Amino acid sequence: MQGLLRGLVYGGLIITVLMTATAWGMWLERKLAARMQSRIGPNVVGKFGLLQPVADLMKLLQKEEIYPIGADRLLFDLAPFLVTTFAIATAAVVPFSADAVGADLDVGILWVLALGGLMVIPVWMAGWASNNKFALIGGMRAVAQSISYGVPLVLTSLVAVVFTGTMSLSGMVKFQIAHGWLALWPPGPGVIAFLLFYMALLAESNRIPFDIPEAESELVAGITTEYTGMKFGLLYVGEYVHTMVGSAIAAVIFLGGWDGPFHIASGLHWMVIKTVALFASVYWVRWSLLRFRSDQLMRLCWVYLVPLSVGLVIFAALWRHFVLS
Amino acid sequence: MNARHPGPTTDRYRLEQMDADADLMVLNFGPQHPSTHGVFRIKLILDGEVVVRAIPYAGYLHRGVEKLLEKLTFAQGVPIVDKNDYVSPMTNEQALVMAFEKLLKIEVPRRARWMRTIFAELQRVASHMLWLGTFALDMGGALGGGSGVFIYTFRERDYILDLFEMVTGGRFHYNTHTIGGNRHDIPAGWDREVFKVLDLIESRLPEYEAMSSNNAIFVARTKGVGVIDKDLALGLGLTGPILRASGVPFDLRRDAPYHAYDELKVNVATATAGDCQARAQVRVAELRESIRLVRDGLAGLPAGGINGGKPIKMPQQFKAMAGQAYVGIDTPRGELGTFVVAGGGDKGTAPYRCKIRAPSLHALSALPWILPGHTVSDVVVILGSLDPIMGEVDR
Repeated sequence: MQGLLRGLVYGGLIITVLMTATAWGMWLERKLAARMQSRIGPNVVGKFGLLQPVADLMKLLQKEEIYPIGADRLLFDLAPFLVTTFAIATAAVVPFSADAVGADLDVGILWVLALGGLMVIPVWMAGWASNNKFALIGGMRAVAQSISYGVPLVLTSLVAVVFTGTMSLSGMVKFQIAHGWLALWPPGPGVIAFLLFYMALLAESNRIPFDIPEAESELVAGITTEYTGMKFGLLYVGEYVHTMVGSAIAAVIFLGGWDGPFHIASGLHWMVIKTVALFASVYWVRWSLLRFRSDQLMRLCWVYLVPLSVGLVIFAALWRHFVLS
Repeated sequence: MNARHPGPTTDRYRLEQMDADADLMVLNFGPQHPSTHGVFRIKLILDGEVVVRAIPYAGYLHRGVEKLLEKLTFAQGVPIVDKNDYVSPMTNEQALVMAFEKLLKIEVPRRARWMRTIFAELQRVASHMLWLGTFALDMGGALGGGSGVFIYTFRERDYILDLFEMVTGGRFHYNTHTIGGNRHDIPAGWDREVFKVLDLIESRLPEYEAMSSNNAIFVARTKGVGVIDKDLALGLGLTGPILRASGVPFDLRRDAPYHAYDELKVNVATATAGDCQARAQVRVAELRESIRLVRDGLAGLPAGGINGGKPIKMPQQFKAMAGQAYVGIDTPRGELGTFVVAGGGDKGTAPYRCKIRAPSLHALSALPWILPGHTVSDVVVILGSLDPIMGEVDR
């Protein structure tokens, strides 16, 4: 009974905090993008446009729900819901500080990867159920991309697991507090693993240059083409939450989580700073680069990223065996 | 596209059959699509994501401009062609006015010819700037890196429109070319503004190149994509940057000089690969060349009148003898030709028939040849590299 209560409280807290953070994250992205393009960005609703996400939400809530002819209604309705659910559920195991963690699973990293892999199902559902060819192609691309980039994602996570000898996310952070951040130590492989993880993360959360599933210049809007109103909003929010949680996980695995540099003032705030910095850098990349073609993406993944990450796993195993023990 | 002209476009299959075939899918690309540069439709027959056959359909923006030109007198016709190639209105006016001048045998003063050169080259800078932005947009998306380039280049284009506004009062519908000369003379101090804008654009060009044509992803997306070889380009009557990118150094400005191009020497930019990257390289080289031409043109701008003969009070004054004339000029998109036939006699105040040869239409005719074998992503890039303007295609 107490466990259930704790779950409810933490669950509610995570959802509230995460959704709020994501809303301001969108605002931050828009401001950043505007800055990069010599524009002003949202500045009308509220001070500095800070209430823009609220206005957007209100607009989306009022929109008419449209079902395309021949759409599979059940899947069509279910897909946005599942996208957001999976994205938020990932956050349950993220240790934001030594105490602030929803569920400190012993296999936290496995939970993260499993949910990330599951994400492809609602995306494909959305692509299929829309009864739209652009959405279908977008869904197809999403499946191919997620499966491909899941491999380097898992392998680079495995590097961290081998180094730290634990699959618990907070365990990883504790290891890093004791031995140094994985992105910095051991010098070289750690940072490569971090960059690979980060690239795979970009691909998993469909961000440029890996956003071919919804490449709007080719596929109109990809899987979201036929979605209207809050269902579109959920798909949209799901992606942002995915990116936000992914940034948090990258910060936990490779950047020492809540540990400050040289253990200075460790705590929740460092986790927030790292997450926001990674989140912002995702959008920095997004608003500067052009996008790859789908076959080039697959090539990049299978020809370069996968062998490289296999090599990193082997290195990690050797390091663990000879240096750490 | 019909039985009389079989080619790769032959529509042998009915849509329903294609879907029933199950292996192939028909994808209607446009007319409402973010990357078709207006209202253009391509019926793509796909095997997975690879295009098997492409059937272009134009005509969604048909406004009957050629018919209108028959109904209006010679002078009245000039302003309505502004909207044909809506990215390069100056050259539209020039092509029409020059054909009328040839038909009516009217001499244009030297200063007016030089001014037309300057306008045409400024317009080329504006047009290629817009092309660079939209091309990046095709590859980077409106919610990505492409939009950055687009907003920057759109801003540069706006500076040039400001310059045109100073001269003509209009940013789009200039109506500055009259039969026999120009309507508006250059205001005092205009050349200083032009030099300022050109310096600005030239200093920013390397930045845009770094964001687009020198960018690794840009190269990966354009190299070897949409190759138009020399024979195909010549066979389809392609002109302008597309032809020059296929290794044919043909430029009307050099090979059949008009305006002041006999005095201002044009260096023709060419490339040999014939792919999207080559077309991009040619256009960027043309940007620099045009900037140089405007500078030289302004430096050597002769004094004198800008309108031949007496000021014209009534448009009906122009009366053509029965005859015909063709004038082709090199616009940012290629050879824009105007073929005008006059009936003479009572009907001599208006063209009997006015045919506009639009370079974009010819460019689009290459699509059925070059699209098969490429993926849907490449369709957008190839279409963007051809730089079609639908207003000109459909007229």
